[in-house]
Amino acid sequence: MTVKEIAELLEAKIVCGTEEQLTEDIKTAFASDLMSDVLTLKQTPLLLTGLCNVQTIRTCEMAGLEIIIFVRKKKATEEMIELAQDNDMVLIESDFSMFKACGLLYANDIKPLF
Amino acid sequence: MHFEYKVIEGDFVNAGIASSSVKKTLKQLNIPPAIIKRVVVALYEAEVNAIAHACGGTVTADIDSDKIRLVVADKGPGIPDIDLAMQEGYSTARPEVRDMGFGAGMGLPNIKNNVDKLNVQSTVGVGTTVEMEVNFN
Ligand SMILES: Nc1ncnc2c1ncn2[C@@H]1O[C@H](COP(=O)(O)OP(=O)(O)OP(=O)(O)O)[C@@H](O)[C@H]1O
Ligand SMILES: [Mg+2]
Repeated sequence: MTVKEIAELLEAKIVCGTEEQLTEDIKTAFASDLMSDVLTLKQTPLLLTGLCNVQTIRTCEMAGLEIIIFVRKKKATEEMIELAQDNDMVLIESDFSMFKACGLLYANDIKPLF
Repeated sequence: MHFEYKVIEGDFVNAGIASSSVKKTLKQLNIPPAIIKRVVVALYEAEVNAIAHACGGTVTADIDSDKIRLVVADKGPGIPDIDLAMQEGYSTARPEVRDMGFGAGMGLPNIKNNVDKLNVQSTVGVGTTVEMEVNFN
């Protein structure tokens, strides 16, 4: 599924990201509110999280995660959007709960990392 | 090449400034992305620790043709038992630190997994110094 299709599925708003990034085909995802966990990941482009602060963006920058979906109605601040754009990242905001967002992606064949 | 950064205390927003800068430099030097990731994840964990458990500190980075050497030093409370601190799951993180998504006791073990050489030195009441090296090939 492309990033755009994922955003539609989650009735989500795309806050930033280039056309090229939005047409990227996504096969795996990871979900966590714990940044300690995110830093141990080997590789996946997409994170679902309810932790919405500048450190979320920083952590993804270091872990090489390109796409962040904020769940539970969390909204990115200007500072977060700026940092994300500086680092060529995609930010998406969904009102759905973590469980619903993950369930929908899983049902649409997005695979877990482990 | 030699770089120095300050890790300013208290504010988590400051964690990652050194890692981000080192990442950009290594990218310009065409270091393979997988190696850059190991370097910046380790440095970021150490930076976060200097803010979460101490009162900020300094980062020095020395880049040679074949490796990078990083030193994160703070004048915080120190670590009484380094072997215990290195164990996965051990954490004394304050609630504010946990609210920021940290404090799972995974940082030091994760640093160890990502670097080729690690030396943690700490004296209670004096401070902590984390030395790390990553080879480029
Ligand atoms: N610079 C430091 N100064 C004082 N104590 C430290 C320092 N770095 C680590 N520690 C101690 O070692 C423990 C383990 O550190 P580690 O980085 O593994 O986990 P954490 O920081 O608690 O959680 P996480 O890294 O998963 O967010 C800390 O909880 C703290 O007690
Ligand atoms: Mg830590």
